[in-house]
Amino acid sequence: MLHQLSWKVGGQQGEGIESTGEIFSTAMNRLGYHLYGYRHFSSRIKGGHTNNKINVRTSVVHTIPDDLDILVAFDQETIDVNYKELTSEGVILADAKFKPVKPEDCPATLYVVPFTEVAAELGTTLMKNMVAIGATAALLNLEDEVFQSVVDEIFGRKGETVVQKNMTAIAQGHELMNGMLGDNIGKFELEPADGKHRLFMIGNEAIALGALAAGTRIMAAYPITPASEIMEYLIKKLPKFGGTVIQTEDEIAAATMAIGANYGGIRSFTASAGPGLSLMMEAIGLSGMTEQPLVIVDTQRGGPSTGLPTKQEQSDLMAMLYGTHGEIPKVVIAPSTGEEAFYDTIQAFNIAEELQLPVILLSDLQLSLGKQTVEPFDYSKIEIRRGKLELGELPEAEDKAYFKRFEVTEDGVSTRVVPGQKHGIHHVTGVEHDETGKPSEAAGNRKAQMDKRFRKLDHVNFNMPVFKNTPHEEADVLLVGFNSTKGAIEEIQPMLNEEGIKTNHAHIRLIHPFPAVEMKELIDNAKKVIVVENNATGQLANVMKMNIGAHDKIISLVKYDGTPFLPKELLGRVKELLTDGNI
Amino acid sequence: MVTFKDFRNNVKPNWCPGCGDFSVQAAIQRAAANLEIQPHELAVISGIGCSGRISGYINSYGLHGIHGRALPIAQGLKMANRNLKVIASGGDGDGFAIGMGHTIHSIRRNVDITYIVMDNQIYGLTKGQTSPRSAAGFVTKSTPGGAIEPSLKPLEVALSAGATFVAQSFSTDLKELTAIIEAGMNHNGFAFINVFSPCVTYNKINTYDWFKENITKLSSIEGYDSTNRAQAMATVMEHEGLVTGIIYQDEETPSYQNLVNGYSEEPLNQQEMMIEEKDLQELMKEFM
Ligand SMILES: Cc1ncc(C[n+]2csc(CCOP(=O)(O)OP(=O)(O)O)c2C)c(N)n1
Ligand code: SF4
Ligand SMILES: [Mg+2]
Repeated sequence: MLHQLSWKVGGQQGEGIESTGEIFSTAMNRLGYHLYGYRHFSSRIKGGHTNNKINVRTSVVHTIPDDLDILVAFDQETIDVNYKELTSEGVILADAKFKPVKPEDCPATLYVVPFTEVAAELGTTLMKNMVAIGATAALLNLEDEVFQSVVDEIFGRKGETVVQKNMTAIAQGHELMNGMLGDNIGKFELEPADGKHRLFMIGNEAIALGALAAGTRIMAAYPITPASEIMEYLIKKLPKFGGTVIQTEDEIAAATMAIGANYGGIRSFTASAGPGLSLMMEAIGLSGMTEQPLVIVDTQRGGPSTGLPTKQEQSDLMAMLYGTHGEIPKVVIAPSTGEEAFYDTIQAFNIAEELQLPVILLSDLQLSLGKQTVEPFDYSKIEIRRGKLELGELPEAEDKAYFKRFEVTEDGVSTRVVPGQKHGIHHVTGVEHDETGKPSEAAGNRKAQMDKRFRKLDHVNFNMPVFKNTPHEEADVLLVGFNSTKGAIEEIQPMLNEEGIKTNHAHIRLIHPFPAVEMKELIDNAKKVIVVENNATGQLANVMKMNIGAHDKIISLVKYDGTPFLPKELLGRVKELLTDGNI
Repeated sequence: MVTFKDFRNNVKPNWCPGCGDFSVQAAIQRAAANLEIQPHELAVISGIGCSGRISGYINSYGLHGIHGRALPIAQGLKMANRNLKVIASGGDGDGFAIGMGHTIHSIRRNVDITYIVMDNQIYGLTKGQTSPRSAAGFVTKSTPGGAIEPSLKPLEVALSAGATFVAQSFSTDLKELTAIIEAGMNHNGFAFINVFSPCVTYNKINTYDWFKENITKLSSIEGYDSTNRAQAMATVMEHEGLVTGIIYQDEETPSYQNLVNGYSEEPLNQQEMMIEEKDLQELMKEFM
């Protein structure tokens, strides 16, 4: 019995490939397996090759593997594009309809199964994916019943007959496959899972749920890949909590509307990707200068310009750290898993209000769209901290005296009041201003206000700025990354250790202000530092050098072809770097 | 009793003497006092320009944001606190050039705020370049040979974008302007008010005298019906946009707030933020 299985379904976009993957993985999730899925799709809506690769495991997993055990193919392109991933033990389940051909150098076994034909006999070719699921069940030796609840949910509203037909399709696929497999029935049977109930969601859903739990009631946003799921989820849920999502005319409106709502005393945010973030730069400066809290989610995708809209990249980092003209304090947070995405979103809202500044929650396409197993969120860990927001009655002020909304304080944070409060009137402006918000160009005041704003960065209350798995006091190599590269690094760390290369892993979750003290210690304790990132110029490596130095130790390992790092590939490249006289 | 003096603060405007914006400020202060709202119940959100400084000259909450973005900020604020009276204001460059996208879509969205454009047909703050409102042929620093683009017609644009309140006034006519701003603030929906507010320094064409000569008051047109969009459009076109008064008002169409599904009656900024544990459990169930 196996501890891990990798399964992929592929075909033409718009042909139900998504639902095939969805049904299979939801059923596996309900059995208690850990899953990690990654969809390959093009910007086209219909047509074009699409596939969904799912890693199924009995233990925690945050990456897709290099290899493939089972490939379910609905067209020849799926075989041609993906067969190289198959192992020699691997299996292709291909629909007889397209007369599949196995490439000469493909070591896997091809089974030609009449998916479409069986479905057609049952009434509609649409059910070909159910037949394929039945065939998969034969390879995994799964009972058909494990799919019952999923089928009920998807087809329940269409009536009992439709549910029955789909279950029959699964059963027939299963039986048919059993007949073809002979001795190979259950060839890919997995060890039983723990049966625990866990969530199976994309990162964007974790972020959206985090925002809701953090108390967001208004989201302002403009659609873009790979961020749209956040607004699409919240427009379904916010009305129940009195709020809404406003689809604005552009991202400038989205960011400034969120600023206005925060100014009004609620938690509001926006989410976008690179092109939208570029448009928001001036608003980010406004938030910083006027000390209005603002949370912006940036789901990174391939840039620059329109770039690779549906592909993985982590190339917005520098723009997020340093974007907007002039100098303002800003916080940049980068979660790497579904769990972190949820809790870090809440942290982002807390920090934005505590420090009254813009917070950027950085994600990447792999995290935002990759569907993964997530431990249920713990209600008792949800905390709302609003800092020096004073919503109670304010002391009576002298006639026409403005409230000192920008009072110079030790920690740089001033008491915040919101429109509508008696005795709280003050002015807010993006022009340099005095403690009451009135414009002031006086040199002394300018310096005092700049220093005040920047002092806030000394008071970032963030739980776990760096994720560490550092078994070695003296390591041969420290692997560093941010966002979704965590899974691949996690995977190869034990492999390197097994080969005698003492490997530590640090994943940076709070990128700005940079956790220099913590990272320096880890770097000091390693002979070499390899920074793994999905961009061409080694942005995180450069940030580390800027903050820590260690130029002689830090080596950049980059990938910018639009695809995520795969564990074996990464392992090979790390070893290559280490043998290149670097260690 | 609130009076307009309650809306005065102790900041001295840095507008040029004679600038039309002074009267706009006075009219807002008077309108707010007439409506008997307290200074802290009003927020003025402004853009960047000479006109944009207005939020700093009124004793109320105020935010002076970035060029062209007063409208989205104002809408966000209103959504956060539906009890607040929110005015957005700025120049013709602010609202019809860099911020035109927001202007059109704010009109369509119909959030219950009042938008006052201080239209001087020039860029004042940047010292005299052409504006979308400058007439063709107008010589400015950026159009030394005269503007070759036609002037934008804000009233026609607003009417065709589906505005539920369109008005225009002239900054010397404090009485009419105050009444219009009052009506705009009372309107349940987006109130668009264009105000001829002469720039005495950089616009020597559209002067006070020029406006006095060329403006037709709608009140002088017999039988003018401000609930008739077609008539409004025809009248505006006939007078080349040089009319003042309430041009069009539709009191039937609900505002954005009235239409948002589930939108809290209680101002959102007074609501409990924390969701309940059972809510979280229910939300999570969908992913299991
Ligand atoms: C993004 C941006 N671009 C340009 C400017 C420079 N700028 C400030 S005000 C202004 C135009 C002012 O004209 P208008 O909006 O008509 O206001 P007025 O000064 O006439 O009242 C410009 C171009 C700016 N502040 N921000
Ligand atoms: S430059 Fe023109 S618009 Fe600006 S303050 Fe002077 S008169 Fe008014
Ligand atoms: Mg102007």
